[in-house]
Amino acid sequence: MALDDRKSQFLYVGTTPDRPDGLDKVTGRAKFGADAYAPGMLHGAILRSPHAHARIKRIDTSRAEALKDVKAIVTRADFADVPFAPGLEGEFWNVLENVMAGDTALYDGHAIAAVAATSALAARDALKLIDVRYEELPHVTDVDEAMKEGAPVIREGAADYSVPEGMHPNVVRYHESGHGDVEAGFAEADLVIEDHFVTEATHQGYIEPHACLATLGGDGKGELWCCTQGHWIVQKTCAALLGIETSQLRVTASEIGGGFGGKTTVFIEPVALALSRKANRPVKIVMSRNEVFRATGPTASASMDVKIGMKKDGTITAAEGVFRLQGGAFPGAPGDMTAMCAFAPYNLTNVRQVGYDVMTNRPKQAAYRAPGSPMAAFATESVIDELCKQLGLDPIEVRLKNASHEGTKASYGPRFERIGLVETLEAAKAHPHYSAPLKPGQGRGISCGFWFNHGGETSVSLSLSEDGTVQLAVGTPDIGGSRASMALMAAEVLGVPYENIRVTIADTATLGYNDVSHGSRVTYASGLATIKAAEDAVQRLCARAAAKWGIPEDAVKWENGCAVPSGPNAGEFDPLPLAEITATMGQTGGPISGHYEATPEGAGVSFATHIVDAEVDRETGKTKVVRYTVVQDAGKAIHPTYVEGQFQGGAAQGIGWALNEEYIYNDSGRLENPLFLDYRIPVASDLPMIDTVIVEVPNPGHPYGVRGVGETSICPPLAAIANAVSAAAEVRMRRLPMSPPRVLSALKSDG
Amino acid sequence: MQFHSPATFVEAAALAAEAQGVTRFLAGGTDVLVQLRSDMVTPDTLIDIKKIGGVRDIKLNDDGSWTLGVAVSGAEMNEHGPLRAAWPGLCEAMDLIGSTQIQGRATLAGNLCNGSPAADSVPAMVAACVTATITGPQGERTVAVESIPTGPGLTSLEKGELISALHIPARGENAGDAYLRFIPRTEMDIAVVGAAVNLRLDGDTITEARVALGAVAPTVRLVPEAAEALIGSTLDDGALEKLVAACSAACSPIDDKRGTIAFRTEVAGVMAKRAARIAYARAKGETIEGHHG
Ligand SMILES: Cc1cc2nc3c(=O)[nH]c(=O)nc-3n(C[C@H](O)[C@H](O)[C@H](O)COP(=O)(O)OP(=O)(O)OC[C@H]3O[C@@H](n4cnc5c(N)ncnc54)[C@H](O)[C@@H]3O)c2cc1C
Repeated sequence: MALDDRKSQFLYVGTTPDRPDGLDKVTGRAKFGADAYAPGMLHGAILRSPHAHARIKRIDTSRAEALKDVKAIVTRADFADVPFAPGLEGEFWNVLENVMAGDTALYDGHAIAAVAATSALAARDALKLIDVRYEELPHVTDVDEAMKEGAPVIREGAADYSVPEGMHPNVVRYHESGHGDVEAGFAEADLVIEDHFVTEATHQGYIEPHACLATLGGDGKGELWCCTQGHWIVQKTCAALLGIETSQLRVTASEIGGGFGGKTTVFIEPVALALSRKANRPVKIVMSRNEVFRATGPTASASMDVKIGMKKDGTITAAEGVFRLQGGAFPGAPGDMTAMCAFAPYNLTNVRQVGYDVMTNRPKQAAYRAPGSPMAAFATESVIDELCKQLGLDPIEVRLKNASHEGTKASYGPRFERIGLVETLEAAKAHPHYSAPLKPGQGRGISCGFWFNHGGETSVSLSLSEDGTVQLAVGTPDIGGSRASMALMAAEVLGVPYENIRVTIADTATLGYNDVSHGSRVTYASGLATIKAAEDAVQRLCARAAAKWGIPEDAVKWENGCAVPSGPNAGEFDPLPLAEITATMGQTGGPISGHYEATPEGAGVSFATHIVDAEVDRETGKTKVVRYTVVQDAGKAIHPTYVEGQFQGGAAQGIGWALNEEYIYNDSGRLENPLFLDYRIPVASDLPMIDTVIVEVPNPGHPYGVRGVGETSICPPLAAIANAVSAAAEVRMRRLPMSPPRVLSALKSDG
Repeated sequence: MQFHSPATFVEAAALAAEAQGVTRFLAGGTDVLVQLRSDMVTPDTLIDIKKIGGVRDIKLNDDGSWTLGVAVSGAEMNEHGPLRAAWPGLCEAMDLIGSTQIQGRATLAGNLCNGSPAADSVPAMVAACVTATITGPQGERTVAVESIPTGPGLTSLEKGELISALHIPARGENAGDAYLRFIPRTEMDIAVVGAAVNLRLDGDTITEARVALGAVAPTVRLVPEAAEALIGSTLDDGALEKLVAACSAACSPIDDKRGTIAFRTEVAGVMAKRAARIAYARAKGETIEGHHG
């Protein structure tokens, strides 16, 4: 028997029914961001800076305004006429500055002005008639360059209190943490390796471009339909930017064609609302892929130094890292997260990590699955791999020897509760992949990865219908099959079939506040809230049965979808099924619902271990990933197929990031590859079958043991692939992506 | 924008000759429409050539040569058994273009006249000695395909001229062709380097050869030195080494987002060597499926 009261026997949880949105999506019935229309709707388009850094001297919109199809134009100069609210501070100000430039264009693609016209074509043509006079300024797009003395300053005074004196103004946040004495630790080591690693920015690459339909009247009442990972943050941000009351703007989330963290903020939504208010008509904006690449958040790029000391037996004596992350022209690059994740898998006596958040003339970075952690793992796990190689040690044994476990003081501070890293390493070691022979020219790499996971503000409401079916309203957009998982958890509590539960992503007017679908929080937090809301409803159902039977409420319990007497002393009554209670609920006390609103805190960190085999064509430098295995702790897999999907998706995106994806800026600071032809995400034939192993070490912070799985899966791939390629090429790869020209030149020059 | 669908090439040529501003012919449209939608080129005049009689025909002439209409798609070429058997390299080059959807539209003439240095079918056409009939206000002329592209996005076609047919020579005995390209992925990509080899054998010895490279210079490169390296050899290591050296020497590429000068120069030789092996095997009657990149 389990020592705690956590449930471990399940009827519905752990099964794999079809997703409720599946038919809609394969038949085209599902409505995505661009699928909304309104009577009298206008089409918006945004003029973007062609310069990396330029003062905006003058914007002349008169020629565009003269077109009869043009109904409204907005720029930041319309400030006084309140298309945007004055006096914003902090992140709201940053977002405003990002969605519509102030006096300076800060990156290639920065929004300068926007037009609403009667057709998309007319709007696009009108943009060509807006004359902007720029004065070009010196620019910088590389993180190391941006930190150097004399580098162009993106914005004076952007740094916060954390930044030590004497740093370049482009360094806007500083993080330092750790424990022990790293110098003493390095002195104890038999081998110390220090190395430098670089990763380029990559885009989340969601297939659906940002799209929205906005209506805002002069009375401050608005409706917004958009594709987003979280509509409450959209509501709050747009209300602030437009100077209206939050509750007067109702935001509805569309179906979403991918987000991966990139749709946790706003880009076009405030602009569409401002245009709508000015034109007094609904305005729709749909981004082109070019705009998505140039103006929405890619991940940060990184420059990193990692130093690790090891004894001959594999014990790590000390670890130290410096992580410089560039996040575009605004504060926000995850220098802190990168530093905090870097050594988290290991139980270290001496550890120190430093992170820098650096601004450059690039688009404002946005979250991308486990922001910072994949890069950190690339640096750390490459050095560990090299130490293992030079000391002749097995890479899994070394990781097992040093692995964090329950009670370990984490590199970033707290003590770990029950975690599953050792279990993933043991499962990787036992997997046939790890002992399979390699062909000549192939190399194998492994890596561990870590992510915090998140709880966050959550509201869920569940209501029962007369016929005994169930409506579940959650506020976290479904980005990975979460509606299926929610229905399974509700089914488990209520004891009604999965098919009888309809899960809806409620709009902002229908539920209390919900944080964004990020931080791998949905199955954990909305799942917990769903279980609690269902339990709330069960309590009311039991109360109705108690009233009917004339016994105390606590003498009734819920079993297999029925109210039953809790024991022999409660009396003899036939089980009362849910549908019988709901059939008469109008007469027995009114509608029956369940609610839950809270900020769950026990998300439970998670770990993964990946095994990769890669093959390198020594004549061309081209890499092929031939075998891939993901082993990850899911705590408890509610819907195992969708857990596997998250594992495989993380590996697939990691393969792209490791091998070919990168933001390429030219000398004038323009993005050279804002299209999928030259921004190379993997196509299906680039990927091997990605094998998965779901490890289940229950999270003490969730009733069913769930840990989030959406992000940890992208933490190990960069390192695991780099270790495999380094083994195959017999040269250490220190820079991503490992594109064929880079690998070929490394083959010739030893890195 | 003016849109025309003439019934004859003479009419098409006359329309193009009279048109003002930017004119484009609409074959498969897989370049034209993409450029239009992305605001790169907005033509003033668009002339659809798919309503002209015979443009979808693949004709085997009595002398064994082939005449292809200018709207024949990649899919149609690759579903044509005899054409594929005769010129597997050329057909494969065309087959590399785009996806299934693109294959149903894309044409050889469009690939050629779009003027991309990386166009996949062009080195294969050059290696195969393909010629083009050009119809214009002054009448008809026939030229070698390599004389048509003159630089990125540019051709030697005069105002009012268009390609009205393509001619592929008779395959003949003991011969084979092959095309390989290097791309960082496995498909849906643009050639960083392309190499086509067409050769004929007498016994084991190569008697005729043509080698053409793509994406390593502003236009397709026919490399006679590479052909000389092969002729008279049995594709031994010495000959392959000379082939590689000749191909690398013929490159004058650029550094860009798709590849460096050093990379292209080196990989051109590698692709040519691998293509030569496939062409050689085919000439010997061994069936080999080209493996791409
Ligand atoms: C998704 C995608 C993938 C692609 N992949 C590849 C690839 O892998 N390799 C590759 O090489 N290309 C690729 N392309 C580019 C394109 O498909 C090819 O260049 C194709 O062969 C163009 O043929 P088309 O018939 O569609 O030309 P169109 O777009 O109709 O025309 C292209 C140009 O040729 C001119 N033209 C057409 N016919 C004639 C004629 N008879 N006489 C004179 N001028 C003419 C037109 O005026 C225009 O300038 C790709 C395109 C897309 C959209």
